[in-house]
Amino acid sequence: MAQLDVRDAIRKGLLAGVIALGLSVIGMVEAFDQRDVITDVFSLGQLLLFAAPAVVGFLVVKGRDIRAYGPALISGALAGVFAAIPIFLLLMLTLIYPGLRAQLVNVSPTLIGILTFGSGQIVGGLLLTAVMGVLGLVGATTHVIPDRISDPLVLGVGWTLLIGVLSEVLLNILRPLLPRGVLRFLFGTKGITLVTAVILLVLITVGIAWWRAQGRERYQKRIAARSAVQVANARRTSLGAGLLLLLVLPFILGTYLTEVVDNVGLYVLMGLGLNIVVGFAGLLDLGYVAFFAIGAYMMGILTSQGDLGVGGISFWLALPICVATSTIAGIILGTPVLRMRGDYLAIVTLGFGEIIRVLATSDLLKPVIGGAQGILQIPKPEIFGFTILQPQHFYYVILASVFLALFISSRLRDSRLGRQWMSLREDEDVAEAMGIHLVKTKLLAFGIGAAFSGLAGAIFAARLSSIFPHSFNLLISINVLSLIIVGGMGSLPGVVVGALVLVGLPELLREFAEYRLLLYGALLIAMMLRKPDGLWPSPVRRRELKAEEQEKLMMQAEGLE
Amino acid sequence: MALLEVTDVHTYYGNIHALKGISISVAEGEIVSLIGGNGAGKTTTLRTISGLLRPQHGSVTLNGEDLHQYKAHQLVSKGIAMVPEGRGVFARLSVAENLEMGAYHRNDKDGIADDLKRAYALFPRLDERKTQVAGTLSGGEQQMLAMARAMMSRPTLLLLDEPSMGLAPVLVELIFSTIADINKEGTTILLVEQNAHMALQVAHRGYVLQTGEIVLQDSAKNLQRNAMVQKAYLGID
Ligand SMILES: Nc1ncnc2c1ncn2[C@@H]1O[C@H](COP(=O)(O)OP(=O)(O)O)[C@@H](O)[C@H]1O
Ligand SMILES: [Mg+2]
Repeated sequence: MAQLDVRDAIRKGLLAGVIALGLSVIGMVEAFDQRDVITDVFSLGQLLLFAAPAVVGFLVVKGRDIRAYGPALISGALAGVFAAIPIFLLLMLTLIYPGLRAQLVNVSPTLIGILTFGSGQIVGGLLLTAVMGVLGLVGATTHVIPDRISDPLVLGVGWTLLIGVLSEVLLNILRPLLPRGVLRFLFGTKGITLVTAVILLVLITVGIAWWRAQGRERYQKRIAARSAVQVANARRTSLGAGLLLLLVLPFILGTYLTEVVDNVGLYVLMGLGLNIVVGFAGLLDLGYVAFFAIGAYMMGILTSQGDLGVGGISFWLALPICVATSTIAGIILGTPVLRMRGDYLAIVTLGFGEIIRVLATSDLLKPVIGGAQGILQIPKPEIFGFTILQPQHFYYVILASVFLALFISSRLRDSRLGRQWMSLREDEDVAEAMGIHLVKTKLLAFGIGAAFSGLAGAIFAARLSSIFPHSFNLLISINVLSLIIVGGMGSLPGVVVGALVLVGLPELLREFAEYRLLLYGALLIAMMLRKPDGLWPSPVRRRELKAEEQEKLMMQAEGLE
Repeated sequence: MALLEVTDVHTYYGNIHALKGISISVAEGEIVSLIGGNGAGKTTTLRTISGLLRPQHGSVTLNGEDLHQYKAHQLVSKGIAMVPEGRGVFARLSVAENLEMGAYHRNDKDGIADDLKRAYALFPRLDERKTQVAGTLSGGEQQMLAMARAMMSRPTLLLLDEPSMGLAPVLVELIFSTIADINKEGTTILLVEQNAHMALQVAHRGYVLQTGEIVLQDSAKNLQRNAMVQKAYLGID
């Protein structure tokens, strides 16, 4: 058992190396090098690069039950060294063939500088190999030292790095609260300072170690000793605290971060709508952006003070009209696809989404909705003489809408209609035989789903004061669908979690923007492999996947008999 | 007047003339079985009665009321429940959820609770498996679940499409004895079967269907003794 598997270590090492090489040549390492995790010490690009050997060092030993120091450390180091080889070869190639950049545009002098620590291809390449070998060794070491030490340490490093990556967010929040001197001490120009990192590492590691050693037990004892009244009180207190936090959030976050949260909120709103169509009723709709566009354009036409505005009516009056229009559009677009199922439904709805976008850019409708120039001069909403102007103001409009949508969704889920949707999703034929009105049930799903999206679109239009057709592309439909999948089909908290991960995170790390789709792809594949039911699955869905496993086991058992 | 009256019904699938003038009547409290080989038109008959298919010609009445003025989904509240061929349970929902689904269009909480108790009493096996996911039930248990779910809508007429299909002989016995129990509690049943032997044992009367036409009708006792039925469906020479 405790044997050294050289081939496995080499294979996994090379695989990690190819990934690191890939991230380098597509320009990700260089782009991310702009952001420091620890000021002047360690950049996000380096984190990306050096995660590969450390993780692979960890993985080659994991699950192999190598307890002996020797074999474990050797495999880790070996994997680390081999993780460096693909990049090493790239460096050599740049020496032999300096014109490489013509083919691989991202292999710039800057990138080579990062890869070689600025010390030339040969020396730097060897240095890189050595560093990666050491990192592989470090990854492997975590298995050799006792868990009670290595676990807190790994978590400590992880959290410290995460805080470093998100230092900009923290800085934004803390800026008004702390004096300048303290801030300068904690944060560098582009990340946390080395001192902060060390302090964090020590605090977190010791904290976790203490928690594991005794804190958790004490806490659990105290929890177990609580009376029912205390439990209820505690729950009420935390609920109240949560609500309070949501209410004061814009003041804590400041303008930029609130804008990010606003965006997340609009996606949550759309996600909740699509969740009704896809998650509850099981109708795969890929043209969902259409209703977002319809809501936005309706708001533009009704309220704009420019040439195209016809109504000049107030935001609040226009809002229900936008929602109603989207609902009707949902029903109209739903009608022709009633007979389609699964993939065919997806293809046709995809087409509808495109039709709406093409119509928006077309010359045909240009006199009404402005063609490629869009609609301008959409006024900001007013309420009791107060103009909703800042992202912080819109935050409350969006928050209220999200709460409304969450409330409606949860009530629908538990209603008779929710059950009809569920049976539709499970089996259309059985549902029909049970006397469920398929047409009505499906159209209600399309209509209500479209309503949420129309609401999001209307708010979106007022927030930006202008709308352009290119804002309503297929990518939005894909984003919304992805966030539902990542969060967990049919799960309401899942929609929120999915939007935070897929919309919020990339906004915080703006370097990601260019690699967003890559991130989506990688994340979706990882999810399918590791957590196919989503980050926060609904109870039904969780059970479904378990049942499938059970079934497989049963079939295997039968096969053995 | 009979509860269900099917009169001279012709049903087509495009050009295929699947039912060529079928007349069936089922009186209240009866078990009537419709036997016939593969492709004879048994499923088509049930789908026509439950409104999933429209006949080109002919009428279907329940208690004298013409059913074709209603849509399929309305017929459940008229008292017709169908258990489709191949069982048709919601494979990914639990047993209890499947049963609740069966009562989805009802509002009377107490009545539903009563019916749930009744369903579990009829099928004790389901009671033991309330939280199990329906897809992991055995074939027989799934059939029971589909029948129990149909009963949750409190039907006056229960349509069963080949409930014995693919089941082990012990389970077939159990299913048919439950069919008799359901009938004793007052539900009228139209039973479609290839397993003529079992079907004619529990039924009061029977019809024999061949390529879309009724070729024989009689009491179940007489059909069991009929030479043609014995030869074609009971395997007796
Ligand atoms: N959806 C369909 N489209 C075309 N023909 C069908 C369809 N369903 C059944 N049929 C035909 O109708 C006839 C009766 O079928 P069915 O009622 O399913 O028979 P049974 O249930 O007695 O086995 C068969 O010839 C079958 O091929
Ligand atoms: Mg059939």
